[in-house]
Amino acid sequence: MNAMFRISGAGRLSQAKTASFTFDDKSYIGIEGDTLASALLANGVHLVGRSFKYHRPRGVLSAGAEEPNALVQIVRDDARKTPNVRATVQELYDGLTAHSQNRWPSLAFDVGAVNDVASPLFSAGFYYKTFMWPKSAWKNLYEPKIRAAAGLGVSPDQPDPDHYASRYAHCEVLVLGGGAAGIAAALAAAETGVRVILADEQAEFGGSLRFESGARIDDQDGYAWAQGAIAKLKAMDNVRVLSRTTAFGYYAQNFVGLVERVSDHLKNPGHDLARERLWQVRAGRVVIATGAIERHMVFANNDRPGVMLASAARTYLNHFGVAVGRNVGVYTANDSAYAAAIDLKKAGVNIAAIVDLRDNPAGPAIDEARALGIEINFGRAVVSAGGKLRVSSMTVQPKNGGGGRTIPVDAILMSAGWTPSVHLFSQSRGKVAFNDETKRFVPGTYAQDCVSVGACNGTDGLDATVDEAYAAGAKAAKEAGGKAGKGAKPKVDAGESWSRGMLGAAPGAGPGTTVKAFVDFQNDVTAKDIRQAVHEGMRSIEHVKRFTTNGMATDQGKTSNMHGLAIAADELGKPIPQVGLTTFRAPYTPVTFGSIVGHARGALFDPTRRTATHGWAASQGAVFEDVGHWKRAWYFPRAGEDMHAAVNRECVTVRKVGGLFDASTLGKIEVVGPDAAKFMELLYTNPWEKLETGRCRYGIMLREDGFIYDDGVVGRLAPDRFHVTTTTGGAPRVMNHMEDYLQTEFPHLNVWLTSITEQWAVIAVQGPKSRDIIAPLVEGIDMSDEAMPHMSVREGKICGVPTRLFRMSFTGERGFEVNVPADYGEAVWEALWAEGQKHGATAYGTETMHVLRAEKGYIIVGQDTDGTVTPNDAGLDWAVGKKKTDFVGIRGLTRPDLVAKGRKQLVGLKTKDPKVVLEEGAQIVTDPKQPIPMKMIGHVTSSYWSENCGRSIALALVAGGRDRMGETLYVPMPNGTIEVEITGMVFVDEKGERLNG
Amino acid sequence: MAKAAKTKAAEASVERRPALAGRTLSAPGVKVEMLAPAERISLRAPQASLAALSKALDVTLPAQPKSSAAKDGRTALWLGPDEWLIIDEAGNDPLADCAKVTALHSAVGISHRNVGISVAGPAAAVTVNSGCPQDLSLEAFPVGAASRTILGKSEIVLLRTAEDSFRVECWRSFSDYVFTLLSEAASDAAN
Repeated sequence: MNAMFRISGAGRLSQAKTASFTFDDKSYIGIEGDTLASALLANGVHLVGRSFKYHRPRGVLSAGAEEPNALVQIVRDDARKTPNVRATVQELYDGLTAHSQNRWPSLAFDVGAVNDVASPLFSAGFYYKTFMWPKSAWKNLYEPKIRAAAGLGVSPDQPDPDHYASRYAHCEVLVLGGGAAGIAAALAAAETGVRVILADEQAEFGGSLRFESGARIDDQDGYAWAQGAIAKLKAMDNVRVLSRTTAFGYYAQNFVGLVERVSDHLKNPGHDLARERLWQVRAGRVVIATGAIERHMVFANNDRPGVMLASAARTYLNHFGVAVGRNVGVYTANDSAYAAAIDLKKAGVNIAAIVDLRDNPAGPAIDEARALGIEINFGRAVVSAGGKLRVSSMTVQPKNGGGGRTIPVDAILMSAGWTPSVHLFSQSRGKVAFNDETKRFVPGTYAQDCVSVGACNGTDGLDATVDEAYAAGAKAAKEAGGKAGKGAKPKVDAGESWSRGMLGAAPGAGPGTTVKAFVDFQNDVTAKDIRQAVHEGMRSIEHVKRFTTNGMATDQGKTSNMHGLAIAADELGKPIPQVGLTTFRAPYTPVTFGSIVGHARGALFDPTRRTATHGWAASQGAVFEDVGHWKRAWYFPRAGEDMHAAVNRECVTVRKVGGLFDASTLGKIEVVGPDAAKFMELLYTNPWEKLETGRCRYGIMLREDGFIYDDGVVGRLAPDRFHVTTTTGGAPRVMNHMEDYLQTEFPHLNVWLTSITEQWAVIAVQGPKSRDIIAPLVEGIDMSDEAMPHMSVREGKICGVPTRLFRMSFTGERGFEVNVPADYGEAVWEALWAEGQKHGATAYGTETMHVLRAEKGYIIVGQDTDGTVTPNDAGLDWAVGKKKTDFVGIRGLTRPDLVAKGRKQLVGLKTKDPKVVLEEGAQIVTDPKQPIPMKMIGHVTSSYWSENCGRSIALALVAGGRDRMGETLYVPMPNGTIEVEITGMVFVDEKGERLNG
Repeated sequence: MAKAAKTKAAEASVERRPALAGRTLSAPGVKVEMLAPAERISLRAPQASLAALSKALDVTLPAQPKSSAAKDGRTALWLGPDEWLIIDEAGNDPLADCAKVTALHSAVGISHRNVGISVAGPAAAVTVNSGCPQDLSLEAFPVGAASRTILGKSEIVLLRTAEDSFRVECWRSFSDYVFTLLSEAASDAAN
């Protein structure tokens, strides 16, 4: 069963293979190979959408990616509702469901169309003017209303169930565009043996050969030649042919982004297939063969459904076998529309009239049209299209004025000429040049190793295009290392050639008129709007663009930019190049978020790092917290415990008995070489030369400006070997900081740095029973206080596994950190846990670790310091080697403001009410009764409930803090002011006796 | 000249639990699987020490960027002008071998820091290329080529072990991310 406008014998699709689909819930039949647009037109459906601002009825303008009007919503299921799909690009599949957009309650009757009548309110720049007063109305009325009314499609409201693939690829020659030019270039390059990638956005290759009935290459129809050439290219090992693939972005050093639509055209894609695949291609040479885009004529009501580009009508006829009307008018300013009229006439469609703006054009196309008996009107203009939901007539006048007549039509084909597609060339940072004779911008100065060929280069005629492209393909391949090719250049037997045309408003839509002659269909910008922008003071095309939004829709002005520019130039009385061309930016056509995101979602959004004991902790019911990329055990709740109860129990148990803590995430760097100690002297404030082998020291690292950068315990394993630890978050940047200084400032030192963070699992065993827990498992290490005092390190074995056993404490209790090779971490933990159970020890997490260290006044870099804290501010002057003459930050420490009085210093805080726990980050003032804004003299950096102290404790940075001991200060909070007393930073065991307890 | 006797790696008495042990994924054209534990060191040394170290390790340390050398289950991967990754899959201990060398160098054991993942099959290169921007053609990245590079958001060391086979080395805690990314990539690679 043929649809009404399908012409038997025309087109290339097999009419036997039908596909049913629905549009706005009405069923239609198309055939395989159709686009949604061709299938709708075959069924006589021209009205497919409503415009953005005025809600005017809109039809299909084009047959390709430049389509501004025919945007629809494709619905596969509840989660797959893709808005703003160009019906001219969407391939038909059986069961396809599409809906029109931007209309309510229905496409034919749309309440929003009142905007069309009220259009004086919505003229150019209306956003900036109409809604300015009263001020409050913007937020409460105008913005919500505009937001509700704006936008075209409806965003999906569920997570995207599809998946997206990505791939990097390299080739010597990348050819963008698979028309005659692209294919010829790819053939020439491929024959040299180099790697070639050829990409085209269409389902099938051929470009303009899809509609150019007059093209013949190598004794075949042009389109058939293209298919043969593609088959040949596909069979070559060195060639990758990508259809349905849009080159959307051209970046530095010939890095080109392409998106391949893998399954949007399939009825049942299945989950194995990605929806899209992102290709990131690095090419030796790029051949740009992106063709040209036909421009519409700018006249009143040129947006009525049924008014379309001549080349589009020709594509629908010659490729899809669809007539876009039965009684068709043609309005043109160049030859190419004649070919459309001729093809349609030959297919049996009545051509009501050709209206040609030119006075006395001549040529074979005109002769042929005349010979077919088509009425031709020279020197005349279509000044208006009649009809509303579908064009019904065209009003024709002499172009210089005079009486007109109205001709009934059901479609108008128009052509104002062709605009070279310089988008990708421009994205490559190449500079376009204006050809005054042909009135078009063509590639001028190149910035990268690429070449434009064919229509996008302003080359007219099939013969010249194939010549140029074949030579360019061969040259690009040769420059990229290819051998001489043996193939033969395709022979063009016949081709079509058009150029010229006109830019700007046609007669009847020029200065002084207020008709709706659309320049930009998608953003509803008319010729009048462009002129108004100039009248209101816009001089640069960049300003005109932003004021009118011309070219700012999702089609990026593919059909409108040149018209808009010409109208502005005309109004300004300047030549076009002086007004300038707006910059082309990626993406060439809209790209889905999915294809950009690729695999990076869910578990692959970012690496999740787990320690060796993660499985054990999870099995014990640990609650984890994110620390950078790491998952760290936060606390280990037992049955019935909330976080507070669990942390209280863990804190008390560690000080009473002991606890196990996974410290594996701390950064670890092995510093090795004869100059290791010298290097450490330069990177840390502390002295290292005299640190004995087997001993440890707490080290502080500064930035050049004298502020604390990182800290950690460092053990000396040998005269030439240090085991350095860093904060968890600081691990990568400390490594980079050290490597940076080693390579740039101290390259004379014989020392090397190796990250060993992940080599060693680290189990902290802390508490009075810590030695009793570890000792039974250790071989070859004397753990007595005499042989292994606080701050020492020994190498030996635990559970038969090599260990670096540190005696150190971040709790203030006797403590050890057991380092074992990571794969053994969990087994050794389990052995230590079994020993710990005998004593009643607990496993504890990061929250308890934080509380216990705060009870001892041990700082956490990044929590109690913020990049503006010196060792002195933090009360760590003792860690700065007084006799040292050099280390990173030594000069920074002497800066006047770093030694000035009144700097913020780290102190302890006790709330007057011991039950009140301060909020971290809360501000501190001296007088809570002072007027707002109060003078803030500091803030709380750490604050916890301490079950061991039976009260809250806090650390704070307070101006002149150490001189304020015992002073009462205030923390104003929304629910009242909290009284606090300044104290020392140590809340438990001030003398440090428990380290050996 | 007598060959230096390689030192056997020590054996442990508690269970070793390598990350993702035994994990495999098969897709059309490619198989991704965790490799067995191996002995590894990060070796840093100036030019003057290379002869002595090569002798002690019984493998000639490569001097060319993006290259490796292998002998009897021990592979030396060039990572930088003074940096090599030594992987021993034969149960011998390169750290102990280097300990005998007096020439200037730094050898640090990283057997447990890294894990190895095998990506093998006709679609192996495409699989790796899903997250690695390098040119993996045989011309640019021949058998034996080695490079410290990236896979998605993780650093990896990539070694081509055969025309259709790669060894991907990453840090232990990144292995889940790297394996999962390779698995997803593998399922698309043959398409």
